Amino acid sequence: MRLRVEIALARAAGSLSRLAGRGGGTTIPGKILATVDPAALGTLAGRLPLGSAIVSATNGKTTTAAMVAEIVGDRVKLAHNRAGANLVSGVASALLYSDGAELGLFEVDEGAFPDIAGRIRPQAVCLGNLFRDQLDRYGELEHIAERWRTAVADLDPAAWTVVNADDPLLTDIARGRTEALRFGIDDPSVARERLSHAADSKYCRTCGAPYDYAASYVGHLGDYRCPNCHEARPPLDVAAKAIALAGLESSSFDLVTPEGTRRVSVPLPGLYNVYNALAAASLSLVLGAGLDDIEAGLGRFRAAFGRFERITAGDRTVLLLLIKNPAGANEVVRTLVDAGAPGRLLIALNDDIADGRDVSWIWDVDFEPLIGSLQELVATGARAQELALRFKYGGLDPARITLLPDLSEALSYGVESTPAGGELVVLPTYTAMLALREIASDQGLVRPYWEEAVA
Amino acid sequence: MKLVVGHLYPEYLNIYADRGNIAVLERRSAWRGIELDYRTIGLGEPVRPGEHDLYYVGGGQDREQALIAPDLAAKGPALIEAVEAGAAFLAVCGGYQLLGRFYRDRSGAELPGIGLLPHHTVAGERRMIGDVLLECELDPGGPQTLAGFENHAGRTHLDEGAEALGRVVSGFGNNGKDGFEGCRVAGAVGTYLHGPLLPRNAWLADWLIARALARRVGEVPELEPLPDELESAAKDVSAERAKSRGGRF
Repeated sequence: MRLRVEIALARAAGSLSRLAGRGGGTTIPGKILATVDPAALGTLAGRLPLGSAIVSATNGKTTTAAMVAEIVGDRVKLAHNRAGANLVSGVASALLYSDGAELGLFEVDEGAFPDIAGRIRPQAVCLGNLFRDQLDRYGELEHIAERWRTAVADLDPAAWTVVNADDPLLTDIARGRTEALRFGIDDPSVARERLSHAADSKYCRTCGAPYDYAASYVGHLGDYRCPNCHEARPPLDVAAKAIALAGLESSSFDLVTPEGTRRVSVPLPGLYNVYNALAAASLSLVLGAGLDDIEAGLGRFRAAFGRFERITAGDRTVLLLLIKNPAGANEVVRTLVDAGAPGRLLIALNDDIADGRDVSWIWDVDFEPLIGSLQELVATGARAQELALRFKYGGLDPARITLLPDLSEALSYGVESTPAGGELVVLPTYTAMLALREIASDQGLVRPYWEEAVA
Repeated sequence: MKLVVGHLYPEYLNIYADRGNIAVLERRSAWRGIELDYRTIGLGEPVRPGEHDLYYVGGGQDREQALIAPDLAAKGPALIEAVEAGAAFLAVCGGYQLLGRFYRDRSGAELPGIGLLPHHTVAGERRMIGDVLLECELDPGGPQTLAGFENHAGRTHLDEGAEALGRVVSGFGNNGKDGFEGCRVAGAVGTYLHGPLLPRNAWLADWLIARALARRVGEVPELEPLPDELESAAKDVSAERAKSRGGRF
């Protein structure tokens, strides 16, 4: 009874937050509930008849969880934090608004993963990748990895661990789990020539020698092997083969699983989204989906807001591609270059907590492949000057840099400078993406994200 | 004119975008017609006397720092000799710690440093994270400022009489207590400030380039000024950040 009253109170707060025009109220109800009753998360999750699944990763967790929702959502009613509020409060809020839900599907912040996994006792976790990200907030990668190791070891023995086998750090964390499904890419034709500058876990977990890569795909993810102690990528249970990347539009690949092989296509660009699709397919298999569901779900998937979003602005379009850390931004750059690098680019760098207050990460991004064909960079956001310096010292002629720290001004300028029928490519950090969407929403171009989230 | 830069362990110590610092040294040299010959110095590769005019070492995670520490210890005497012979040196974060006498971790175990800079470091409980603003006077002629970002658990204590890089205006600095940041001996500078440090603090890049050139031409040269409006604007924003949200205990 007590919990029921708390739920009603917390929900009322969410409605008030929306009425007051203070965003979607996607975390406020959960914050209230978590404060009133810290055990509520476990209690609410315990009521889900099919249990819960958690998706965590540095990059791609929102997209991966949304893909899983698309694949399994037709058959089971989900409690899913689809607006991307991925701390305890966001998960609690999703549980509050899930009357009749059968399965919990939660994307979880990598720092919050141990706490949330401990409370909701998931029946499956899907671990996508660990990259260096916001060192000011998360601390060193090794520290997160240690906390993940403990959290994974503490999972129920019957719980599934779905893990990206191309990440040596995660393979190591999942070692010893009996119910494990390991996924990875098996297609050297899409491998990079060498490890990117910011590659993280490139030294053997066992002996410290640098790994040899038969193929490196994204950051330190790849087909690795230690030349010294012979620790190597384990055999893949689920693999992507024969990958075809179609510019900025879509990607397709042979999804090889214990249940057979299926050609699947996902309307998202880039190898990093192949990893997301692989992770989603693997977790869905463990949750009982078949290859038909997976193929259909991935095929009709729409990107989570701001990750890859086209906005129509009169007779032009604006393409938003979120950047938040070196590994993710490198893949965005690579995808843009593969599709024909744009002549004009708007990059928005903010330094709020959700972006990382330490902006040094932009110096670890390999922006250089874009610079050769760049006619104009519009640098905007709270740290626009720092971004402009990154490109100046990367070799871009300062005369080609337009510095407009105000996001609204920069967006208007960027759209106006784009020829009719053309597309403005925008790379925003997280809070800059939210702000740019709000500006676009004020102009009637997009729906607010909380409407998108409940749609 | 040519300068030879030796970057120590770039494969291991690169956590806070150290290549930004290298890019600034390269471009600012090139814009003045100075050719910068960039060389890496890896594990097991010797430091030959007189080869380099300027050394750089960045920061890494604990795991990477422990991997290179024994090798750095072996290079220590050659690096000290190089600085005594006039080479410039910039060491950031973990690299700064390893140039001191030792680093003692939370368990009490000591990682030996090379003793190039007169300090030692002891790991503390809480990390010191945030924007920092310093006031420095490396040469007579009025103070200058440095704006950067710090993120370290180590508390560095300078020896009695040692020269700091600067006085902390906002932020934690060496240990969050004594109000000093970094350490300087001749042309060698160690600091916790990354960001990276040199793009928005162009004067320090030029100071290092001039010190390195002095080894070749016999005196510290006057460098041709460059248009630094963007650099100054970026520093102003960073300095504001330090004033409004720099860390303090």
